[in-house]
Amino acid sequence: MRIPPRITQLGAILILGSATLLTLAVLAFIIVFVLEKGLPVLSLRFLFTNPQDMGRAGGIFPTLVGTALLPLLAVAIATPLGVGTAVFLTEYTRESRVTNIIRFGTDCLAGIPSIIFGLFGFIFFVTTLRMGWSIASGGLTLAFMILPTIIRTSEEAVKAVPKSFREVSFSLGATRWQTVRKVILPNALPGIVTGVMLGVGRSIGETAAVIFTAGSSLRMPTSLLDSTRTMAVHFYILAREGISTENAYGTAAALVIAVLSVNLLAYWLMHRVMAKRS
Amino acid sequence: MKLIGEKGVRAILLGIAFSALSALLLIALFIMSEGLPFMFRYGLKGFLFSSEWQPQAGKFGIFPMVVASLWVTLGAMAIGAPLGVAGAVFLTEFVPRAVMRVVKPTIELLAGIPSVVYGFIGVIVLAPLIRGHLGGPGLSVLAGSVVLGIMILPTVISISIDSILAVPQSYREGSLALGATTWQTVHMVTVKAARSGIIASIILAMGRAIGETMAVIMVAGNAVKIPHSPLDSVRTLTANIALEMGFATGLHRQALFATGVVLFLVIMILNVLAGLAIRKRVGKK
Amino acid sequence: MNPKIDIQGLSVYFNRVPYLRSVHLAVPANRILGIIGPSGSGKTTFLRALNRMNELEPGSHVEGSALLDGQDIYHPQYDVVGLRKKVGMVFALPVALPMSIYDNVVYGPRLSGNQRHRLDELVETSLKAAFLWDEVKDRLKTSALRLSGGQQQRLCLARTLALEPEVILLDEPCSGLDPISTAKIEEALTLLKERYTIILVTNNTKQAARISNETAFFLMGEMVEAGPTERIFTGPSDKRTNDYITGRFG
Repeated sequence: MRIPPRITQLGAILILGSATLLTLAVLAFIIVFVLEKGLPVLSLRFLFTNPQDMGRAGGIFPTLVGTALLPLLAVAIATPLGVGTAVFLTEYTRESRVTNIIRFGTDCLAGIPSIIFGLFGFIFFVTTLRMGWSIASGGLTLAFMILPTIIRTSEEAVKAVPKSFREVSFSLGATRWQTVRKVILPNALPGIVTGVMLGVGRSIGETAAVIFTAGSSLRMPTSLLDSTRTMAVHFYILAREGISTENAYGTAAALVIAVLSVNLLAYWLMHRVMAKRS
Repeated sequence: MKLIGEKGVRAILLGIAFSALSALLLIALFIMSEGLPFMFRYGLKGFLFSSEWQPQAGKFGIFPMVVASLWVTLGAMAIGAPLGVAGAVFLTEFVPRAVMRVVKPTIELLAGIPSVVYGFIGVIVLAPLIRGHLGGPGLSVLAGSVVLGIMILPTVISISIDSILAVPQSYREGSLALGATTWQTVHMVTVKAARSGIIASIILAMGRAIGETMAVIMVAGNAVKIPHSPLDSVRTLTANIALEMGFATGLHRQALFATGVVLFLVIMILNVLAGLAIRKRVGKK
Repeated sequence: MNPKIDIQGLSVYFNRVPYLRSVHLAVPANRILGIIGPSGSGKTTFLRALNRMNELEPGSHVEGSALLDGQDIYHPQYDVVGLRKKVGMVFALPVALPMSIYDNVVYGPRLSGNQRHRLDELVETSLKAAFLWDEVKDRLKTSALRLSGGQQQRLCLARTLALEPEVILLDEPCSGLDPISTAKIEEALTLLKERYTIILVTNNTKQAARISNETAFFLMGEMVEAGPTERIFTGPSDKRTNDYITGRFG
């Protein structure tokens, strides 16, 4: 007996719909679970006092500082490199062997897992360059990690600037670099900032790459060569060593909120750019 | 700036443009320079196919870890790929566009949740469930696969949605005009047309799953043994590196780097395959 | 009297395909030269050759010479950036840069490092010459994107004038505009020719007849004939010119 197509379609819709709902439910559950268990622990005191007894008591202030400094350093290094690459690819050259090689390199870099970045950062920055476990080592390693993201989003942003703007600028006697500085970059800025924020979001959640380069010192960092512990690393240590489930939840909540806020901001910005364009 | 001149600016930007490639080469260089000598001295066969991993005794066989990574990844794909593709299809073909435009970014947002959080929830919620209902230690291949499968969902969904959206509307209209239902159009025309993009998303997700470290460390158990059932505790290649790097020295450390080389190569190959699949899609248009 | 621009055997190729073939033309100073011809006849290519804008397209190649005040602008040592300040261009579609009206007008002069007080003066003079000053003098700092199409085009003209060029090239500047804006621009050009040499490409033969002193007719990449406007429109030498003007093809 042949099942009529309408029935098959109904079945398909039910199955596909359930799969989708399951996916959404699981993802929602994760966030709700973390926030439910962690928000009660989150308080201004928790965030801004120093940890005591290896994190069994007290707050997470130094990790907050670490979580802020590492992405900051990473972004400070990766943004000029990423935007420069994007500008070169769009404005200064045509598609050729050279650009294909550059793109291939960027795509490959994007696919490297964080543990390999951790190994590299450890052998290169921490050991060979003798920077030790430090904010510097961690920031540089993270910069390499987020570079492809910034290149991709910057390239899209620069490409989206209307061609006529460039023509007008040239016809008014501007050089290419002047055109890039005065017309293209200001126009592409929101898109570039979106990419930067996505990079920041990724850096905040990173653990494997950070633990082997920035270390896990709970002391408040005073210089770029000091080791530091980010919230993600702190959470990992608290959870795995079973030091304090309660503080683990609190840290997790802070972590999740931080990451989601940054990503949300990035998406909102991207949305505004799209809307302005149309 | 005036001193440099336009030619100078271009030269500087050219140099900057090679930064990503240079980073890649630097990483490859250093990882390989630490790992390759070891692999050749110890012997590739002994390294990859021996099951004895005892660093103190100088034995560095990573076979159990290889098998573990394989199982956990395949398990993750078995969970994540069907769910992901199903979700992508449902959201593009059976739901108003406006809804998809809200749900897709939401899912992508959720992709930003750090892996340690996923791992933690796996430990607190999933492992006890497995232990209670299915037996075993709970921290197992199964737990790892489920957690990883969930983690790769946003990748599969997002890229698959983009691929399905790229299918020209004329394909769908042609099919519907011949009297097909939406579902028939979807599985006989649309998904077939989006096939290479969907496959690319799955390959990419596989690369992510193999490279995942923190979540598997927390839920897979980390026992160095070849699994005989999904309830067994295992240690993946990534977990092995992360767990022992902290105190490894000399030959032991080199062995871990060699593991890194293996990972690096496998993931590079997967990325190239994914790239080829995407290029096929663009070529077809 | 030496012509302002002397074009000798100018040909322009894109990827080996000729878009302009061996044009000979002398452009007198302080006059309006109108360039007419159907679409695809090479009018725009010719215009863009005069400020070397064609070079922005990859695969472009030029033969022959174009002398500006006796110097060949295609000579390898010639300063291209300086050329574009001497020879300004207004495009068909008004493209206001995404900045304020003030910033749009001073964009060019700022690049040369002009002083602040000079800039204000420059803005007023240029906007007045483009017949736009009265409409925008109270809102110079607002975004130029808020202006109407006709206003934006006059802004583009003012922007070009602010560079204090010697030659102004206009590529179908009134093609999207209403009759009133068109009239304002035509009036501005007629006054401007006292101080500038103006070359105007137009699809509208009546516009050429109205305001240009000389007219050149282009067809399929060649310049068919050129001469005083009156003669071209009442008694052209070439049959093709006559056919185009009388509307036998378009």
